[in-house]
Amino acid sequence: MKHLLSAADLDRSEAIEILDTAAQMAATQSREIKKLPTLRGRTVVNLFFEDSTRTRISFETAAKRLSADVINFSAKGSSVSKGESLKDTALTLQAMGADAVVIRHQSSGAPHTLAYAGWTSGAVINAGDGTHQHPTQALLDAFTIRRHLVGDSGRADVAGRDLAGLHVAIVGDVLHSRVARSNVQLLHTLGARVTLVAPPTLVPVGVGSWGADVSYHLDEVLTEGRPDAVMMLRVQRERMSMAGGGFFPSPLEYTRGYGLDARRLAALPDHTIVMHPGPMNRGLEISADAADSPRAVIVEQVSNGVAVRMAVLYLLLAGETTNMKAVGE
Amino acid sequence: MTTTKYLLRAVAPLGGERVDVLIADGVVAAIGADAGTLAGSDATVVESAGLVLLPGLVDLHTHLREPGREDAETVLSGTRAAALGGFTAVHAMANTTPVQDSAGVVEQVWRLGRDAGWVDVHPVGAVSVGLAGEHLAELGAMAGSAAHVRVFSDDGKCVHDPVLMRRALEYVKAFGGVVAQHAQEPRLTENAQMHEGVVSGEIGLAGWPSVAEEAIIARDVLLAEHVGSRLHVCHVSTAGSVEIVRSAKSRGIDVTAEVTPHHLALTDELARGYDPVFKVNPPLRTAADVEAVRTGLADGTIDIVATDHAPHPREDKDSEWSAAAFGMTGLETALSVVQEAMVDTGRMTWADVARVLSSTPAAIGQVSDQGRPIAVGEPANLTLVDPAARWVVVPHEQATASDNSPFGGREMHGRVVATFLRGRATVLDGLAQDDADGSRRAAGRTETH
Repeated sequence: MKHLLSAADLDRSEAIEILDTAAQMAATQSREIKKLPTLRGRTVVNLFFEDSTRTRISFETAAKRLSADVINFSAKGSSVSKGESLKDTALTLQAMGADAVVIRHQSSGAPHTLAYAGWTSGAVINAGDGTHQHPTQALLDAFTIRRHLVGDSGRADVAGRDLAGLHVAIVGDVLHSRVARSNVQLLHTLGARVTLVAPPTLVPVGVGSWGADVSYHLDEVLTEGRPDAVMMLRVQRERMSMAGGGFFPSPLEYTRGYGLDARRLAALPDHTIVMHPGPMNRGLEISADAADSPRAVIVEQVSNGVAVRMAVLYLLLAGETTNMKAVGE
Repeated sequence: MTTTKYLLRAVAPLGGERVDVLIADGVVAAIGADAGTLAGSDATVVESAGLVLLPGLVDLHTHLREPGREDAETVLSGTRAAALGGFTAVHAMANTTPVQDSAGVVEQVWRLGRDAGWVDVHPVGAVSVGLAGEHLAELGAMAGSAAHVRVFSDDGKCVHDPVLMRRALEYVKAFGGVVAQHAQEPRLTENAQMHEGVVSGEIGLAGWPSVAEEAIIARDVLLAEHVGSRLHVCHVSTAGSVEIVRSAKSRGIDVTAEVTPHHLALTDELARGYDPVFKVNPPLRTAADVEAVRTGLADGTIDIVATDHAPHPREDKDSEWSAAAFGMTGLETALSVVQEAMVDTGRMTWADVARVLSSTPAAIGQVSDQGRPIAVGEPANLTLVDPAARWVVVPHEQATASDNSPFGGREMHGRVVATFLRGRATVLDGLAQDDADGSRRAAGRTETH
């Protein structure tokens, strides 16, 4: 594996290797000295064309815990008219000797272009591109699900295990969600069943080929589908006011139909966990009752994110040639 | 002007019986046994056994980019590319800077074409001032200018206001013009990046739904019927559009339609690699749509093939997908694509190719001296093709000033061996016949207009 661009790039054994490595990384994070020397002398660039404080901090923490040098490059507004092109930015980072580029971009496919256009020789890690993919989010979600729901709720060793037999409901703005796309693919690879729940306006054309069930009715899915995990997606309030009168009539109507509140929480099986990629809109897609309930694993997702990103950086960079050598090849 | 004679020996006009054809004094001077006799000793002999002779190709949809975007293409570079692709006439789309929305600008483009001398350049006039879709441009002035405009289009933008479209359809009746519509409902395609379907959903690019094209075509054929005018539909790309045009024709509505070579050959699956060379408007559709436009072209529902040659400089394509420009070049690959998709598959004959790439586009554009039968006394606008040839597209080696060919690296079927513009070889042995100064300056001028 040279890059991590899409959850679809991972086969079952690669995905499990990342999860197992992340478990080892997580174990080191409970020690007093959290830092490992593994990537000393390596340079990781966080190239963020879109604001995302939490994802950037997560990658930055992961890289620093592995002793890599971290450069944060915030480059909002990528279009040629506004400033430097993606190509010139990539060439600049290449010249500075980046071993890995963690890229967040508002344009779907920008990490793919960065990886294959020949502008940089470093590893490219997709930290979220447009409405396409966010593979490390899917990995940390799978990691969190495995910890809680596989191997007797975490009491047994889960190394090498997948998510076979589990049912995950993903609820909300599937149309615009890279988190949903990545999760559907990775959960499928790991043997879990996925039900997407959204109002019809937020279900993409062509979803029939995704290998997931689709429902417009959250209550039905929660009570009859008995999901093991419920993943709530962030709903951007601006979706309501967009062209065509918005994707749904009002926040209140959305919450009534698709929000996870105390009533719906009570309808869930006892073992079901509640997830959210953050940042949450409390009161819109998730109520405080649900977000703060004991079954919510939302804060844990954040800490697992660091372990998963450490694992990805480690697997992509450790043992690889240095940037200087790669350029000379 | 030199008075070179060319004797095409054992050529197959429209792929039929082999005969000798003599080109002299700008016309087809003789066909058959007396061609050799009349040729005399000073004729250049072109051994043409195995080659097909077509009327010179006529493109109804070319972006030459001049004035304004000479970094992408000039009239000179674009028309030279056209000649190499077998064309003897092109219609230059109106979305230049300034826009071809006045007599002055269309005359400028027409003169640039005449000076270049590679093909006849027929400027297309804008329907609306500045392509803004608000007020009619001075269609009459453009029609009456030296450029003699007959085709009007806001191509690149849709004339989406139904009242403006109605007025344009009515107004051009006064001088026998035609409105060529770029059918794209703007609200359904805001920020659209590619065909809306399985692939767009998966790779997360905003979709350009088929219905956005079909809804406008449906509206426009009804408008054309209502006002009794003539409509041309640019670059039909969906199966549904083919159905609407077919049904309109069966109702007797005066509508013609074109398909591009790339919509005959390529699908939206190519977007998966995010290479913007495959980003085009209308977008590449599905395999079922490709099948439908091929069927439509073969059965005459779609009247013509037009290139929508849309050159862009490197920096407009060397980027992430959503920042890249829409469009692909096509003049130098069009005939090969049509051969492979339609002739080599047995769906069309070479006579059909002459119809869809020459005589019918000339008729739609009202170009009287192009797209003529291959007969004695007719102007010698001719294209000689080697259907057996195979070649690989190397975009930066093409004559167009831009490299955005979607066929780069592909092996193509058939090659243009020679192109004759009123008896003068603009292309011979597959090579552009440049003058010493690199152009065809002034050649053939006496015979135009």
